[in-house]
Amino acid sequence: MKMTSSTEMKTGAKKRAEIKEQYKRFIGRKILFILFSLILIFIIAGVAATLGSYPITFTEVYSIIWHGLFQNSETTEEIVVWNLRLPRILMGILAGIGLAIAGTMMQGILRNPLASPFTLGIASGAGFGAALAILLGAGIIAGETGKYLIIGNAFVFSLIPTFVILGLTRYKRATPETMILAGIAMLYIFSAATTLLMYFSESEAVKAAYFWMVGSLGKASWDAIFSVSIVLAGCVPLLMWKSWDVNVMGAGDETAKSLGVNVERSRILILVIASLMSAGIICFTGTIGFIGLVAPHMCRMVIGGDNRFLIPASGFFGAALLLGADTIARTIIAPVILPVGILTAFMGGPLFLYLIMRKRREYW
Amino acid sequence: MKLKVKDVEFSYGSVHVLKDVSIELAASEMLGVVGPNGAGKSTLLRCIDRILSPQKGCILLDEQDIKKMSRMELAKKMGYIPQSSSQIFPATVFDTVLMGRRPHLSWKSSEEGTEKVLEMLQMLNIEDLAMRDINELSGGQQQKVFIARALTQEPDVLLLDEPTSNLDIRHQLEVMDIIKNIVREKELSAIMAIHDLNLASRYADRILMMNSGKIFSTGDPISVLTPDNIKWVYGVVAEVNNNNGRPYIVPIRPVKQNGKGTCENKWNMQ
Repeated sequence: MKMTSSTEMKTGAKKRAEIKEQYKRFIGRKILFILFSLILIFIIAGVAATLGSYPITFTEVYSIIWHGLFQNSETTEEIVVWNLRLPRILMGILAGIGLAIAGTMMQGILRNPLASPFTLGIASGAGFGAALAILLGAGIIAGETGKYLIIGNAFVFSLIPTFVILGLTRYKRATPETMILAGIAMLYIFSAATTLLMYFSESEAVKAAYFWMVGSLGKASWDAIFSVSIVLAGCVPLLMWKSWDVNVMGAGDETAKSLGVNVERSRILILVIASLMSAGIICFTGTIGFIGLVAPHMCRMVIGGDNRFLIPASGFFGAALLLGADTIARTIIAPVILPVGILTAFMGGPLFLYLIMRKRREYW
Repeated sequence: MKLKVKDVEFSYGSVHVLKDVSIELAASEMLGVVGPNGAGKSTLLRCIDRILSPQKGCILLDEQDIKKMSRMELAKKMGYIPQSSSQIFPATVFDTVLMGRRPHLSWKSSEEGTEKVLEMLQMLNIEDLAMRDINELSGGQQQKVFIARALTQEPDVLLLDEPTSNLDIRHQLEVMDIIKNIVREKELSAIMAIHDLNLASRYADRILMMNSGKIFSTGDPISVLTPDNIKWVYGVVAEVNNNNGRPYIVPIRPVKQNGKGTCENKWNMQ
């Protein structure tokens, strides 16, 4: 008797060590993926900076960036890299990080694979705000004032869908279903309002408004980068801090409540933060679709659904994806530069279809 | 830990689901809640764990009103085991069980948490599933994972919402034996809503029979699971045999005309 129980204990201990080892390996794989995405960003950024009418090599780019950190740009190469190419690249990275993380969190709290800054109406709200500013004449106001008017208006209007959703949850329980349906309703309302606005406007203004809405990194400037960095620095740590709660909420509202999570409050808080972050990006870039939707899914396929790792992973991977798309958009029919918003949808669509076809689970 | 449910009333809008429900539960006691669909079994469990807030009445844990406790405090004392998974995104069994540590540590998984998870996986004999995705498991395996998660919480009271409803007979017995043993060993109290009258009769110390949101009868299995009660509450003619001191129910046929009991059930279904 004693013998068997002691051998049982031994196999038990061995099994435990084995599971621990497997668990550690799994975490290792997640960290590896995050590092891989980070390296991908560096490579694509380097390549992106070499492309353009002025020839600069990959290694030159990074040495110019390195030197530029300590002294002002003087040579033509330095000015091209620091003033023309780097803002666009950095904006791409920041926008990719922000949109992908916002998408990850929105999908997580709403337990819906279709949730993204686009489906919750944030992008169409921003589009309406910008169109309103442009069509009512802000586009004509020369220089900075007009530009800031458009950005400000886009930002304010992009937050309206979120507040409408929050308003509704005061009368109806904040379930994922009500929230996502309310978001889609707002998407339609704002699209219709924008169309109405355009219908009665001058063709030049309509063109300007339309161009704004097709997301692009061409409007990137150091000011914009500064603003977006501040938004991300404020929002991302908060979301990281809430990541375990989002994991628990993934098990269903009832289970999450029984595990001590204040589900309704957390859901609203995270939605507001994620919306703020998307709004802070979209008002500078216009509608860049698919990054917020696709990046989280692609990362989940590789590293699973643990949001503690999924947030950094999809952030970096989203950045690489957006930067890659923009690099292709700049070169595919050069010297014409396509707005990246067109390309993300064109690349993202078929890619997403392919992933759905490889269906492992109910939704992909 | 002593649980007291006092005069609890709950309604969804204008539909009354629970009316004047009062229960007392001692430590180490296993209470089986039976009753037809829509009798309010699941709603009762949800009210007890404050997943739903009753409009009237109160729930006391060792004389302390749970309304005055924070969710975290309550989660340290009460574990809830849902009927089935509503996980949409991938999650490993290990991570799912680790969620049970949520009330005890706020952000990171500590070494202690990992050890606790391993202990529970071993106890329920699901170590081999540790790295599998929860959605790839069978209903019985999922149920064991949920039990492991609730036990990782280290609660004093376990609430189970039809733990056997999706399981084959082998898994039904396995899961019920596990729960019974845990209740004995760890001196937990357990309340389980359950459809299968014979499983309830065999495993519960006490039975609570509900009908239309009210307690119809309560007591030991023999005094509650009688042909009369079953006929009245379920509208089913049944034979009750004695099986080693526990009643064994053989349902014969539904009552032909709408007996008073069935009629009431029909209109009170939510």
